[in-house]
Amino acid sequence: MAAAARIRDSLDRFLDSDIWFSFKRSKVTVAAAIVSGAMILAALIAPWISPQNPFDPAALDLLDAFTPPVWYEDGNPRFLLGTDDQGRDMLSALLYGSRISIMVGLISVVLAMAIGISLGLIAGYVGGTIDAVIMRIADVQITFPAILVALLIDGVARGLLPNERHDELALAVIVTALGLSIWPQFARTVRGSTMVEKNKEYVQAARVIGLSRGLIMVRHVLPNVMGPVLVIATINLAIAVLGEATLSFLGVGVPPTEPSLGTLIRIGNDFLFSGEWWIVIFPGVTLATLILSVNLLGDWLRDALNPKLR
Amino acid sequence: MIAFLIRRLLQSLLVMLVVALLGFTMFRYVGDPVAQMVGQDTPLEERDKLREELGLNDPVYLQFGRFIAATLRGEFGLSYSIGRPVNELLVERLPATLELSLIAALFSLVVGIPMGVYTGLYPQRWLSKVFLTVSLVGISLPTFFIGILLILLFGVTLGWLPTFGRGETVAIGGWTTGLLTASGLQSILMPAFTLGMFQLTFIMRLVRSEMLEVLRTDFIKFARARGLANRAVHFGHALKNTLVPVITITGLQVGSIVAFAIITETVFQWPGLGLLFLQAIQNVDIPIMSTYLIVVAFFFVMINLTVDLLYYVVDPRLRIHREVAGGH
Repeated sequence: MAAAARIRDSLDRFLDSDIWFSFKRSKVTVAAAIVSGAMILAALIAPWISPQNPFDPAALDLLDAFTPPVWYEDGNPRFLLGTDDQGRDMLSALLYGSRISIMVGLISVVLAMAIGISLGLIAGYVGGTIDAVIMRIADVQITFPAILVALLIDGVARGLLPNERHDELALAVIVTALGLSIWPQFARTVRGSTMVEKNKEYVQAARVIGLSRGLIMVRHVLPNVMGPVLVIATINLAIAVLGEATLSFLGVGVPPTEPSLGTLIRIGNDFLFSGEWWIVIFPGVTLATLILSVNLLGDWLRDALNPKLR
Repeated sequence: MIAFLIRRLLQSLLVMLVVALLGFTMFRYVGDPVAQMVGQDTPLEERDKLREELGLNDPVYLQFGRFIAATLRGEFGLSYSIGRPVNELLVERLPATLELSLIAALFSLVVGIPMGVYTGLYPQRWLSKVFLTVSLVGISLPTFFIGILLILLFGVTLGWLPTFGRGETVAIGGWTTGLLTASGLQSILMPAFTLGMFQLTFIMRLVRSEMLEVLRTDFIKFARARGLANRAVHFGHALKNTLVPVITITGLQVGSIVAFAIITETVFQWPGLGLLFLQAIQNVDIPIMSTYLIVVAFFFVMINLTVDLLYYVVDPRLRIHREVAGGH
């Protein structure tokens, strides 16, 4: 009973807040939230709603290959959006593909957050030489475009790993490459906020009662620097999904056996000239819609959390 | 000023050293250079002999020293997969990438700045809203997808433009250019547009927000109160004061053009450095990868230095501030 009341209370408080107000007022943001929410949900429940399991070679029939979408004369109602060169149902491939794209994006952002936040906290709180070393590394890395860093890490990983295990480890490699390519942004932001927070009275109080440095950083400073991190995380989710798609399109990302959206576009790119436009256009439009709606959410969140713009 | 210059130069040198160390580590420890050079059936003694001859048994700092010396001479070793000296390959591929990047950068500046100024001056007009919507879509569309759409429209459906390669090229000295032949010019249109599109939206949004900010300041109000013509206020006062951030970001964006060129070159099979680098990654061709890293890092460091120096040229406030600070 008490728990339900507490949840009610915090929900009321949320519905009364500035953030909810500014969210409701911006129609574009509401639309973006609905679209990205629907896409993430569809990706989550893909195995239950998609007509076919596109990763199961036994379910594919080469005779179905290159079926056009259903509104063409020779379309097949079993394949709403047509099929690709292997007879894979495009709609199912899209659902499973966005699942992989979103998963890779989320995990790499979480990895980047873990690295960036811990290094940023340490740099900001401890200061001195450690701070200088961490931030110089971040500075140098940030001058290089993230996609270039990810490509290099990917390439080196390929050199280090035995050839036959490339496909198996492809997802781990790409997540590492993307995570390592975007951590500096988190580190910079967290360091900046930490340096402001560490001089405030609550931190001094925590120090006076004899808490250890680690405990103060994690329990007291960290919760207070998470606001801006949220904004960067949203924007970087779009960047990471785009990065994964780019690497996969370039042929150094997710292997074609379990294709992500980028891999699907790479596959479709081979059939541009033979008129099978649907193999490339549908994954492309799906990817663009996903990135656009996440970007819009990120933009809104940045403005909503920035008190200067109120 | 001179102290600042020296400090920046030293920093750049340090960055280059770190990058060289990275390149060296890749070269030396990712894969075995000897295994790449000999055949499958070469006996172990022969391999050891080769290892000794190549100096791979020397102390690491000595090997690193030799690596730097070779790099400074422009010797980057042999490509594993193509079997030719890497520097030859670089020189061959460089003109294609430079021409593409230059045209793309020019396009994004020449179109992006006026669009930014317009949307900044008249935020409420419908044309501004069109520009902004287009730019949002432009930022969200992946570069390679823009390229694919263009190929589909102008290459496949309409058949107006060539979809891959550079077209005919003319050699002038050691430089091959596609800008002097009709087919070369046609070939560069779509790749340059694709590559410039992202930068264009970026520059436009930047100029717009800077314009909006500057137009709100007192000195613009004062300029208007003095009765200056709109044009003088907009271009002589407002635009001029947006230039510092625009130069910084544009400079850094030139760097990202290099990165995005990899993608564009793949879509259009443009025979440039990016395509070479991507093939190197797919074939685990370490010499090309480490060389590309060093060359691109050098390029970035030079851009950053130039941008820093340009500040002084463009913004007189910085000069005065520094001199006063130095005089204390």
